[in-house]
Amino acid sequence: MPTSYTAHLIRACAMNADTPLFSYAGLASARRLIDRDRSAVFAGALLLAIAIPCLLAPLVAPYDPSAQPDIIGLQSRPPSLLHPLGTDPFSRDVLSRLLHGGRLSLSVAIFATLVSVTLGTAYGAVAGYSRGILASILERFLDALLSIPRLLLLIAVFAAWRDIPIAGFVAILGVTGWYGVARLVRGQVLALKNQDFVASAHALGASRMRIFLRHILPNVVTPVIVAATLGVGHVIVLEAGLSWLGIGVRPPTPSWGNMIQDGSGQMASHWWISLFPGLAIVMTVMAFNLLGDALLRALSPRRSAAS
Amino acid sequence: MTGRFHPRQGLQGTARFRLADVSAFIARRIAQGLIVVALVATIVFALIQAAPGDPFSASLENPAITESVRESWRQSYGMDRPVGEQYARYIGNVFRGNLGFSFSLQRPVADVLSDALPNTLLLMFVGLFGAFILGIATAVAQVGKLGKRTDRLLGWISLTLLSVPDFWMALLMLVGFAYWIPLFPIGGATDPVIYGMLGTTGRLIDRLHHLILPALTLALLYFPLIARHQRAALVEVMPLDYITAARARGVRESAVVTRHALRNALLPIVTLLGVAFPALLTGAVFVEKVFSWPGMGLLIVNSINTRDYPLLMAAVLFGSVFVIAGSLLADILYRALDPRMRDER
Repeated sequence: MPTSYTAHLIRACAMNADTPLFSYAGLASARRLIDRDRSAVFAGALLLAIAIPCLLAPLVAPYDPSAQPDIIGLQSRPPSLLHPLGTDPFSRDVLSRLLHGGRLSLSVAIFATLVSVTLGTAYGAVAGYSRGILASILERFLDALLSIPRLLLLIAVFAAWRDIPIAGFVAILGVTGWYGVARLVRGQVLALKNQDFVASAHALGASRMRIFLRHILPNVVTPVIVAATLGVGHVIVLEAGLSWLGIGVRPPTPSWGNMIQDGSGQMASHWWISLFPGLAIVMTVMAFNLLGDALLRALSPRRSAAS
Repeated sequence: MTGRFHPRQGLQGTARFRLADVSAFIARRIAQGLIVVALVATIVFALIQAAPGDPFSASLENPAITESVRESWRQSYGMDRPVGEQYARYIGNVFRGNLGFSFSLQRPVADVLSDALPNTLLLMFVGLFGAFILGIATAVAQVGKLGKRTDRLLGWISLTLLSVPDFWMALLMLVGFAYWIPLFPIGGATDPVIYGMLGTTGRLIDRLHHLILPALTLALLYFPLIARHQRAALVEVMPLDYITAARARGVRESAVVTRHALRNALLPIVTLLGVAFPALLTGAVFVEKVFSWPGMGLLIVNSINTRDYPLLMAAVLFGSVFVIAGSLLADILYRALDPRMRDER
């Protein structure tokens, strides 16, 4: 347990249900906590171990990910010294595709999450800080968006927009993923609005705009970081699912999802084609989940006391 | 104040007021839900309009269909009318239950969806039930050994399962328990050959045999979510005085958790129902695809390739109604179970 004064402050805030669970001041103590949190260190190490080879894929991958050297002789070969993770039905090297696919899957997830976090923070901040009829319109609209199942919407959109370029794919993933962040930020802003420090800023004559930018927005940053961390993992799974259905990243460009698709028809006999990309997804998503959990624990003392 | 116990009023009065209160609350929530449905329908309509081409461009590949034929089709479906008029008619149709016409199946979309719905509901219900049982049991086991090895191990298992993509898990289950260890059939809701020849008991067993693997997959995918929330809720209750009192009375630790703590900690899990519904719908899409389960999910996935826009759009709308209904149900349950909520609006 942190014993610093800031930690006491956040804990005191967290005990009171009307006040936000997070605070900007918590970020410093968060870093300290993560230093002590072994699962966070493990998650970080796992993430680096996956991300660095993937991002360096063009340099470290042993083969060209789309080269089909011998479609008959090398078709779906089990793991060997030459091909450590085997080859796929098109005689392509699974390890090389795994690295290149990981580069794509990770970048897609990170950029899409950046888009949704930006949109969600903006919408949530405005919805939380506005008053009267505008506030209720924004709230109802958010309710409607939140009740649309994201996967079904994405299936409908990508079935209609065939052959969408990768940038468009990322943009649509981002545009359909900000509602959760918006709700989080809105709740946070609503709670912050009634805090004493906002009232005192108001009493000192600060304008609404100044209070919003200088006093409220900075306090929203930390929960958004947690949401973004968990969001990246979520988008990796989503992208994989869409690519597996054939409407995400299009072959021959490798992504973890369409690699699983390549092998899912013959998984019982040629397990290595679908197994390794699946394991890569599980490990990456787990790392993001662990990191998000650790951040959440560090930022909300009530939870850290509990677990 | 209505619904609050008052010594003069007595219990009877309280009960009467509470009933009126709850029904007003439900009516208000249903009205809100309808507004949200209208908003979703508007968003879906905007999507149809923004999509490149229309349902008839799919037959573009067929040279026998000329532009004039397509134009007459558009006229017969009213697609040549102004956007505003189309919108008004679309919203009207949605609220009358008319979801359009499936081009790939040549049947009204509402019929197609309502045929598939029972299968999906069955799968989701059994899967959700399994997930709740597994999740609550896991959490109880964890809290019984809080901070010990069992707690940590189960926590890691939950976290790992939480990170597994739905479709990959379904594939592993299929390969594991239908191919390598052939305990269960490889797909479908019934056996295509022998089902017709079976008696009532045989049919029931055949259906159950087909249901187990996909439902178990869903349960395994979603129990970690419930286990994590249930554990957090239990941990929050454990330091309370009445738990200490129970321990002081000499109640066994396992009974403290299951009888005393769980009873109060079950409440937050009810709200999870609202969250679990949309998540489960996503899972059902993939699980149905992998196990060829003839439900809405399989229908949706199959209509990707036929570009059956009316069916896809109706599925989105249908899914949203599902989600709205799920959160409404969770709210009502929460209100019914938590006496503190009854005074709130």
